[in-house]
Amino acid sequence: MRFLRHAAAVAGKDLRVELRTREVVTTMVFFAVVIVVISSFAFTDQIASVENTASGILWISVAFAGSLGLARAFDREREGSTMRGLLLSPADRGAIFLGKAASIALTMLLVEAVVVPLLAVFFGAPVDVRLPWLVSLLVLTTIAFSIVGSVFAGMLLPTRARAVLLPIALYPVLTPAFLAATKGTAAIWIGGKAGMAEADFWLKFLVVYDSLFLVASLWMFESLVLE
Amino acid sequence: MLKRALVLLCAAGAVVGFFILPDLVFEAPLAYNLFITQKIFYYHVPAAILLFTSAIVSGVASAGYLKTRRGGWDDVAAASAWLTVVFGAITLTTGPIWARPAWGVWWTWEARLTTALLLWLIFVAYGIVRRFGGPGSDRLAAGLAVFGSINVPLVYYSVNVWRTMHPTTNVIPTLRRDMLAPFLLGMLAYHLLFVVLLAARAAILRAERRVEDVHELALDAGLE
Repeated sequence: MRFLRHAAAVAGKDLRVELRTREVVTTMVFFAVVIVVISSFAFTDQIASVENTASGILWISVAFAGSLGLARAFDREREGSTMRGLLLSPADRGAIFLGKAASIALTMLLVEAVVVPLLAVFFGAPVDVRLPWLVSLLVLTTIAFSIVGSVFAGMLLPTRARAVLLPIALYPVLTPAFLAATKGTAAIWIGGKAGMAEADFWLKFLVVYDSLFLVASLWMFESLVLE
Repeated sequence: MLKRALVLLCAAGAVVGFFILPDLVFEAPLAYNLFITQKIFYYHVPAAILLFTSAIVSGVASAGYLKTRRGGWDDVAAASAWLTVVFGAITLTTGPIWARPAWGVWWTWEARLTTALLLWLIFVAYGIVRRFGGPGSDRLAAGLAVFGSINVPLVYYSVNVWRTMHPTTNVIPTLRRDMLAPFLLGMLAYHLLFVVLLAARAAILRAERRVEDVHELALDAGLE
């Protein structure tokens, strides 16, 4: 009986803390809603074909894996207090930002090189057709992710609850890139004249997205990451 | 003094506006094929326009804050972000209520709806970051507001290519005159309300910031 009473006391304490701050519930609900919204872009197309489903799963897994990697890449700097060292070095803030973003982008590409073949194995996705197109799409979306992600992860460094706040801040802003990636991937796999025209559009859209956010990030990183 | 008088004048205007708006809306002719459901238009559209206005105000003020580091910019940005959430909630409630009878569905992934929803989510995230982020979260929130504002045309454009259903922007210029009057009054009342709420909220935030500053001064002086 004592065992259960103690468990109840701990649960009661936790729930009371939560009732007063509402931190965990708010962030959890918000995160869940954002995931539902992102998934709806990936899966609400008319036909639940292999192309559409596999492409949605590809990008949702990339988004999750990417935010894990981002958090680690910046937490490491924090644990060793090396971010301060970097910021004190004569290097331009923009260069620091670009370096962080590039390393994250390369790591993510490595992850994608593992995930994409898996889609062929588990879902029968035609990943080997029009491979150069798929690679360009992967690269452009990964650049978008690492640019926006590095800015937010850098900004989050001094704050509490980083692990929770990063995806919350990141996913809504990245939605257009993920929409373009999901639709573009499906279009490349479906192929044909219409499919390739669509893929071409999404690739160009991603180029615009990348350049816009790169400029904004270089402008902002300077004033955002101050220690 | 002048500022306070202006805000009070706006408040009075908003009260009068919202008081007579229902009458005008009631008097306005019924829409050809939507009948009574179209009446929500006079509340939905101004709220939706203010959702975007307040988001842009917040984005610009956040950029100003990041550049100058003056707390005043941050007060306006935070106040406007809060209003984005409020007007977004109104838009996203009245929208589906209207969409259900008009289109037969509560929700559709159309450019305008998706853009409004994402914008709203970004500013809800802004609120969460400020509420739970602790020290330093003001900058992250400012960055979020700036990125969020840049995002708006991109979301709109991308979803518009993907699929579309919502009425386009040519609805307002072609509105009948007897429908235009209540619409413009609604717009005016909503915008006055926006100014009043923005001023009030920014003043509260400024006061909070000052209390915090004084608190820190007191701590530095060893008074606590």
